[in-house]
Amino acid sequence: MSRIAVLKGGRSLERQVSLRSGARVEDALERLGHDVVGIDVGLDLIRRLREEEPDAAFVALHGRDGEDGTVQELLEILDVAYTGSGVLGCTRATDKVLAKHLLLEAGIPTPEFFSFTQTAFRELGAAETLPAIAARLDFPIVVKPSSQGSALGIKFASTPDDVPTALVAAFSYDARVLLERHVKGRDLAVSVLDGATGPEALPVVEAVPREEDFYDFEARYEIGRTTFVCPAELAPGVTERAQELALSCHRLLGCYGFSRVDLMLDESGELYVLEANPIPGLTETSLLPQAAEAADIGFDQLVGRILELGFVRAAGAPA
Amino acid sequence: MSSPQKPPPRSTSRDLERYAGLFASRTRGMTSSAMRDLMAITARPEVISLAGGLPDTSTFPPETFAAVTARIAEESCAKALQYGPTDGLDETKECIAEVMAAEGMHANREDIVVTTGGQQVIDLVTKTLIDPGDVIIAEGPTYPGAVPVFNAYQADVVQVDMDSDGMRVDLLEEVLDSLEREGRKPKFIYTVPSFQNPAGVTMSLPRRRRLVEVANQRELLVLEDNPYGLLRYEGDPLTPLYSLDGGVFVMYLGTFSKILSPGIRLGWVVAPPPVLEKINLGKQEADLCTSTLSQLMVQAYFQHADWRDYVDSLTEIYRTRRNSMLDALADHFPREAEWTRPSGGLFIWATLPSYIDTNDLLARALRDNVAFVPGAAAFLDGRGHSSMRLNFSGCGEDRLREGIRRIGEVIKEQVALYGTLTGELPTVKMEQARESGGEGARPVEEAREPGGEGGRLVELPRRTTRSRRAGGA
Repeated sequence: MSRIAVLKGGRSLERQVSLRSGARVEDALERLGHDVVGIDVGLDLIRRLREEEPDAAFVALHGRDGEDGTVQELLEILDVAYTGSGVLGCTRATDKVLAKHLLLEAGIPTPEFFSFTQTAFRELGAAETLPAIAARLDFPIVVKPSSQGSALGIKFASTPDDVPTALVAAFSYDARVLLERHVKGRDLAVSVLDGATGPEALPVVEAVPREEDFYDFEARYEIGRTTFVCPAELAPGVTERAQELALSCHRLLGCYGFSRVDLMLDESGELYVLEANPIPGLTETSLLPQAAEAADIGFDQLVGRILELGFVRAAGAPA
Repeated sequence: MSSPQKPPPRSTSRDLERYAGLFASRTRGMTSSAMRDLMAITARPEVISLAGGLPDTSTFPPETFAAVTARIAEESCAKALQYGPTDGLDETKECIAEVMAAEGMHANREDIVVTTGGQQVIDLVTKTLIDPGDVIIAEGPTYPGAVPVFNAYQADVVQVDMDSDGMRVDLLEEVLDSLEREGRKPKFIYTVPSFQNPAGVTMSLPRRRRLVEVANQRELLVLEDNPYGLLRYEGDPLTPLYSLDGGVFVMYLGTFSKILSPGIRLGWVVAPPPVLEKINLGKQEADLCTSTLSQLMVQAYFQHADWRDYVDSLTEIYRTRRNSMLDALADHFPREAEWTRPSGGLFIWATLPSYIDTNDLLARALRDNVAFVPGAAAFLDGRGHSSMRLNFSGCGEDRLREGIRRIGEVIKEQVALYGTLTGELPTVKMEQARESGGEGARPVEEAREPGGEGGRLVELPRRTTRSRRAGGA
């Protein structure tokens, strides 16, 4: 039995989802026989960790601070073992712009994009490049904040006239945004789980929105508004290819323990990686637990494995 | 093997999909939202929340509370712990009649059903009257708390624009005509005529008269929701719809939430007898009766203290806070913003240029530890995205001012960014959007003269006209 601190909540916009992930993880850890203490992450985080003296921290945080390497860095300093990706993996994966450049460099397909910081517009007159971008990316385009994990702040621009408003919205979430070619097609997610023999890709989940034409924030976390098909019914070879891409992403970005890679399958059968999530949701409706179930890995087993991997890394084994 | 204290296995995602298949179709309308998730952050103490609709309960005298509970313990302990009649205790109805009389209304005990807060009245009335697809008319914007109720009963809600004199009854008549041509007739009209939540405007007396006439001519029920009528900070009270109509087509919703306490969960409804009978049956099915303890607390309180003194003290506090918020808005919101100037109630409604989405703005504002309600929550038809509801009753003056300052900074940032992106003068863009009808929630100022029909859309806080001429971005 170990003493495990489950880090959850915090100030991120995904606080509520994190609280749900955290509660589920706490229950699973208790069933596994651990001594569990839940910590709603705030100003007292360091004090709480010092007081509680956990053997490890299970990081069930999503979004800013929890998923971007910030909390991981603190745990490194405090020398507390923790679950999931390390500082570098988190940093690379949550910065969508950096991640996409790395993907391109490694030859992993990702939709064409341009990225801007707010200062580029404020101080460098970047607005004058917008017509050129419009010419190079076919509309509609997707405008999104660089580091927001959920679908918050993601806007479609159908015409160049929509771009400024979409940019104002996306800049509400991050000082850096990206404009990306919209890939029309099927919405797939491949979760990756590390193991003794290295990372393995779990069965592909397809998210099919029931009503909305966009798989939005609400639909993602709500029972009954999105149908999830797992394993996704795909043409021969597509599943393998999607899993291969996900594994490449996981390795390339330096993710560890678990991750989820979101992809689009376009109408011509081409796959594109949209992003990788170093700490994907662990709620009842989240995709990673669904994929694990499809691979006969129950939630408790999944949580146990993620925790074990955290201990393995802390013990100095190759991550 | 799991020991007894271990949590039971949680449902798996597949189980949830199975449960989802069992849900009634009306639950489709019962959705959570990104906004609700964002609101989770507003509960943190460092956040200045102008989002709630919370009355200030901190000035209620604890000794009065103690005296009231002691009195119940001495005089009616067994009764307080027992079930009560579905329609409520007679002694509570006496208090209700007294509150209504304070606004010039007369209600008999048998015309009243005591409910678990005013919110239950909205639920019971909707349950009683609405089949899926039936039409409800509401103001645009409407009370955000009514939106999920209307959704849950699968109503088709048509929202009628407002101006400084409240709901545009002329537009209402157009809507009614157009529905009639489709062979449809609304089941009821939902309105908050005084210090409307969220817009803060008050329906003028001529509009009230016309609305009651229309309801009578067309035989339509009206649900008059009046939580704030006694919280007036200036001007003379206006006659409630219920008094104008005599209770023939107007159903009246009252509550103790804003004049005593929201925690006691006590409201009431007055309706024509056949409707009230069904409401009463619906209430019985929902919760048998309203908390007897709460009802006796109201009765004991009314005997122990002058309830009006407390309302007067609240009115003083809220007037000061409203003034602080209005001053802060003038100081800190950019010229592109407009807002209402309520003569009572708890809310100010602000409208920004159409290129700012207040859902996204809220996410940005939360980084600076301040929150408001995005306007989309007050619409069922996708409008309101550039508006916000600001509450001034729940925070002290310093926090109100600081909250408005922070929101103002964030708005200015977005206005400047938009200007940079488009090279246009933002104000011009906003005016064009308004003129083309792109904005549903028209920002308005409360009519200064009670009862005045004016309907004039007052040029809102300064500078707007001048800035249109100003050159450069």
